[in-house]
Amino acid sequence: MEYQSVFLGLGLALFLIGTAGALVRRTAIVVFLSIEIMLGGVNLVFLTFARSTQSADGAFMVMCIMAVAAVEAAVGLAIFFRMYQKTGSIDVERFNLLKW
Amino acid sequence: MFDYIWLIPVFPLIGVLVNGILGRRLEETNKSSIHWIACSAVGLAFVLTVVTFFQLLALPGPERLVEYVWFEWIRAGDFSVSIAYQIDPLSMVMCLFVTGVGFLIHIYSIGYMLHSEGRYYRYFTYLNLFMFSMINLVLANNFLLMFLGWEGVGMCSYLLIGFWFSNLDNAKAGKKAFITNRVGDFAFLIALFLLMISLGEHGVWSLRFTQVFEHAHLMPQGVVTAVCLLFFIGCTAKSAQIPLYVWLPDAMAGPTPVSALIHAATMVTSGIYFIARSNVLYSMSPLSLQVVAVIGALTAFMAATIALTQNDIKRVLAYSTVSQLGYMFLGLGVGAFSAGIFHVVTHSFFKALLFLCAGSVMHALANEQDMRFMGGLRKKIPVTYITMLLGTLAIAGFPGLSGFFSKDEILWYTFANGHPVLWLIGVITAGMTAFYMFRLIFMTFFNECRASQDVQKHIHESPKSMTVPMTVLAVLSIIGGAIGVPAALGGSNRIEHFLEPVMHHVGGHGHHSVSTEYLLMIISVVIVFIGIGLAYTMYVRKRELPHELATKFQWLYTAMLNKWYVDEIYSLLIVRPLHALSVFLWKGFDVRVIDGAVNGVAHAVGWCGSRLRIIQSGYVQAYAISFLFGAALLVMYSVFALV
Repeated sequence: MEYQSVFLGLGLALFLIGTAGALVRRTAIVVFLSIEIMLGGVNLVFLTFARSTQSADGAFMVMCIMAVAAVEAAVGLAIFFRMYQKTGSIDVERFNLLKW
Repeated sequence: MFDYIWLIPVFPLIGVLVNGILGRRLEETNKSSIHWIACSAVGLAFVLTVVTFFQLLALPGPERLVEYVWFEWIRAGDFSVSIAYQIDPLSMVMCLFVTGVGFLIHIYSIGYMLHSEGRYYRYFTYLNLFMFSMINLVLANNFLLMFLGWEGVGMCSYLLIGFWFSNLDNAKAGKKAFITNRVGDFAFLIALFLLMISLGEHGVWSLRFTQVFEHAHLMPQGVVTAVCLLFFIGCTAKSAQIPLYVWLPDAMAGPTPVSALIHAATMVTSGIYFIARSNVLYSMSPLSLQVVAVIGALTAFMAATIALTQNDIKRVLAYSTVSQLGYMFLGLGVGAFSAGIFHVVTHSFFKALLFLCAGSVMHALANEQDMRFMGGLRKKIPVTYITMLLGTLAIAGFPGLSGFFSKDEILWYTFANGHPVLWLIGVITAGMTAFYMFRLIFMTFFNECRASQDVQKHIHESPKSMTVPMTVLAVLSIIGGAIGVPAALGGSNRIEHFLEPVMHHVGGHGHHSVSTEYLLMIISVVIVFIGIGLAYTMYVRKRELPHELATKFQWLYTAMLNKWYVDEIYSLLIVRPLHALSVFLWKGFDVRVIDGAVNGVAHAVGWCGSRLRIIQSGYVQAYAISFLFGAALLVMYSVFALV
């Protein structure tokens, strides 16, 4: 069907935009938003295939992803908050202590 | 009838458990309960042994062999070993004096150890553990359980020699005893395997004494000789014979009651017990008996020569023990197994007595052991003096005392079974024994007191708990010979008849007349009196004589005083090369090769890590990129793999 390729293309575009944003942007919140966009793209692909195969599996997966994303948002924001309290900035380039 | 026999070893074991677990607390709250527990455990074992002994006596001669299987210990295919005890005349004789003398020495230890340094409960725990092992050793009905006891007594000996381990010399003496015994035990184990396999070839998968001896004829002559000689090496270590006797004199580092119990009366006689028990095997191999006899005679002689010049009171007694053990082996070697066991019994009485008296002397003199600083104690500690004199007369072979009968029995059999040279060595040794023992008496109890003024002020007789066991043992040393008065002196040699069912006789002794026996007896008595007289002349009448002799025969005296340099020779030939080899293995192999390999691996991994850590930049987005490429690669791979 025609609408499938449109939705799949849209999903891919969202995913790539999200990826680019996550890799390029420096502000932690924006990186985080970009990841949310990537998840949105993935969700769209899931739903498309769920629709075309007449199965509830994809929709179920999407529900799970959305639940995880919501939790992630809460945890992520708490982390950024602490980062800002500690250093006065949420620039990811400055958090390079994750090494030996 | 003998169903309760397992209780004999279990009583001391209960003592071990109670004192071992609760002893520390008891020592702080109620010190005397420790020795009550320990002594009553051994006392009960003794009473039970006496009861068993009389029950055995009630049985007619041929039926005097009862085996009591407690439970099965090991089973592997057809091979099976049980924790089982054997009641027969030999094991009963051994068990009687082990528990009896052990009980007396436990009581003596109360007085000796109560105010001594070191943990009181630990001492009695070890002593009870020793009794448990020793009873297992003599009552076992198979070689393996006997070996368990054999190792157990060795361990207790080690623990008790090093009882005052805060002094490094004592710890070293314990180590020396243990390691020397390991050498013998190794040979013993090989013999055990050899015996097991060569009997197993004929379908007899058992180490029970009765089974083994019944089927011993199935083994070829060579194997029997090998087994006997290897067992004998084990016995030379345990019973302090050439070449492995060196540990016993050093073992005197332990508390004196321990020297009396373990290193004079009981443990060191287990080698003699073992050969007497295995007399069937040894009778099958004349060569091994010959070796036993020669080693025994040589040890008796050599140890006596060393004892002549020692100044340490306990060392004299230690070498005298080695020498007397040599006599016992001589007796066994000439086929007079009963005579050997007879001497074990009488020796345990008078040698335990002598050690206890020596302990009492040391107790009086603030632990002085050097006889050059003793003297004149006759009036000051009369009980010790009289009992020790009786013990000395007994060991010297004064007619009518216990040592006289057992020693002459051995010498008579040596002569009668055709070993005149060994007999001569034995008789000369008897003379030397009389000499050095009376030298000890004269130096300790006669003349003026050479101790320092401080020590002299505190000389006192030992407490009752020490003098009573000494008195009992003194009485036993006097009358102990009554169990084996030979027919020639109007006795019936009861112990020999009692042991007859167990002993396999080698060679007859009927072809010598009674008059020969009298003659030999007179010769040895005369030599003993010469020895005593010589000691009296040299150490009481003309006291400058020993010094003159020492300067005249300088080299001989120094060699004897330094124990024929045997320790030095062993050190040069065995200890040093082994030590050098160990050092080489440590510094050459262990440090370079093994440690090198281990450290090398660690270094290699570390180097790789130091290179790889460059990748770890810590930038989240850098990680995300590599993550992305990895994911892209995986996707591409799966796509192409599917296509």
